Amino acid sequence: MQAALSIQNLSKTYGNDVEALKGISLEVQEGDFFALLGPNGAGKSTTIGLLFSLINKTAGKLHVFGIDTDSNFADAKKLIGIVPQEFNFNVFEKVEHIVTTQGGYYGLPVDVAKQRAEKYLRKLGLWEKRQDMARELSGGMKRRLMIARALVHEPKLLVLDEPTAGVDIEMRRAMWDFMRELNEAGTTIILTTHYLEEAEMLCRNIAIINEGRIIEQGSMRGLLQQLNTESFLLDVEGNLPERVEVSGFEIRRLDDHCLEADVNKGQSINDLFSGLSNLSINISSMRNKANRLEETFVRLLS
Amino acid sequence: MNAQEKWIAFQTIFIKEVRRYIRIWPQTLLPPAITMTLYFVIFGALIGSRIGQMGGFNYMQFVVPGLIMMAIVTNSYSNVVSSFFGARYNHSVEELLVSPVPNWIILAGYIMGSVSRGLLVAVIVTTLSLFFADLTIKHVGITLVVVLFTSVLFALFGFINAVFAKNFDDISIIPTFLLTPLVYLGGVFYSLELLSDFWASASKLNPLVYVVNGFRYGVLGVSDVDVTFSIAMIVSFTLVAFVYSLHLLNSGTRLRE
Repeated sequence: MQAALSIQNLSKTYGNDVEALKGISLEVQEGDFFALLGPNGAGKSTTIGLLFSLINKTAGKLHVFGIDTDSNFADAKKLIGIVPQEFNFNVFEKVEHIVTTQGGYYGLPVDVAKQRAEKYLRKLGLWEKRQDMARELSGGMKRRLMIARALVHEPKLLVLDEPTAGVDIEMRRAMWDFMRELNEAGTTIILTTHYLEEAEMLCRNIAIINEGRIIEQGSMRGLLQQLNTESFLLDVEGNLPERVEVSGFEIRRLDDHCLEADVNKGQSINDLFSGLSNLSINISSMRNKANRLEETFVRLLS
Repeated sequence: MNAQEKWIAFQTIFIKEVRRYIRIWPQTLLPPAITMTLYFVIFGALIGSRIGQMGGFNYMQFVVPGLIMMAIVTNSYSNVVSSFFGARYNHSVEELLVSPVPNWIILAGYIMGSVSRGLLVAVIVTTLSLFFADLTIKHVGITLVVVLFTSVLFALFGFINAVFAKNFDDISIIPTFLLTPLVYLGGVFYSLELLSDFWASASKLNPLVYVVNGFRYGVLGVSDVDVTFSIAMIVSFTLVAFVYSLHLLNSGTRLRE
């Protein structure tokens, strides 16, 4: 399987001598759902800007499905779709025009662009709004409009820069389903997001960027396995005794009905449940104290 | 992109531009019609009747070509300057920059969109002028060449202005403080023969003199300057402006970081 995106020693120094990228290298395989994470100002948007020629690189190489962007950026661009972080359409244009016009920029005949616009506007719940000016849309709708626009030329690689920011929970879940559907249909997806549970849930591979360098790269599962300890919140039936102790586990009593327990790598959560059961404590529900990826992310950045 | 895809991309940009100025016709098509009608009434019919002959024609006939050319110049310029700067301002220009459209197609699309507005306004103004003056075109070929190249030239100037503009003030400064004075002093309302030798010579440094006189020659057959030289200058400046505009796009000036 070939790499959908291959970046080698990519660096960018802005005119004010700010070194936004310090020679990053990464590879995203075809068909992957890839998370590119990092704190604000880490270099994510610069990387995406370079991928779309909105920013000129200082050094390094970029290949999209094997196409060298130095020698044939136009062909590479045909394979990529971008959903940027900021709204970048003319708000005085009609929703449908924004999508069909983008199709025209990729050389799609009008009838094809219209069919695709209908297909993606329907999928993203915007078909009823097609005759509205873009300025009349809500923030979440505008974000979905940018996704429809990015898909009109049916790219093989879709880059989503914080696509669910400002989107309500119901619509966010619908967008997750849509992204999964696209990925299952063969579209390689690169996602940047500050909602780490979103990345954990959707992505198979991950790169974490900080201060212009890739500080972690690999499979999501492998990264999460690096966690030595996971904390769980346990709700119990009835009142808890004053002291709760289970051999080998760190347990804190939060109130009369809730415990916090640390489970180290290698320990079985069944042993925790057995120990609590021996104390006649029955668990009614359990949840992670914090998002696992979030804990890993914070640890890597600290 | 193959040739057909490039053609589709060009059409898309062109149609988007036309749709834009048609959508806001009270701001783009109506004002020149009203302004030029006022010029025709005041300078042509009311004051012109007292001026008498100029360049061998009555004053109304003399000013009409200059006023039509003024409308072409200002509309070709202002269309692209506001459209392209607007696209930069709201970042919608990124829709084009991330696409595979070659830069020369982007430039051609914006320029021809502007030219279409310049020519449409020219048709409107010319039609209105027929209510005030008899107009027959003496040299059709020269008229068309001057109109087309002038419209392209000022659309390119507007594009360059839009690339360098940092705010909305910057896109009105040049039309207000440079373009309009040059048009007024370019012989729209008078013949250079009325000026002293010094001012007549100084006027020949004004490129609008060649544009106005080239068009007046095409329509009326009279000109204050050599028409061959005028056309050569207009075409040369158009080529230089096109190459420079393309260089701005290729280098990503003010468009890419």
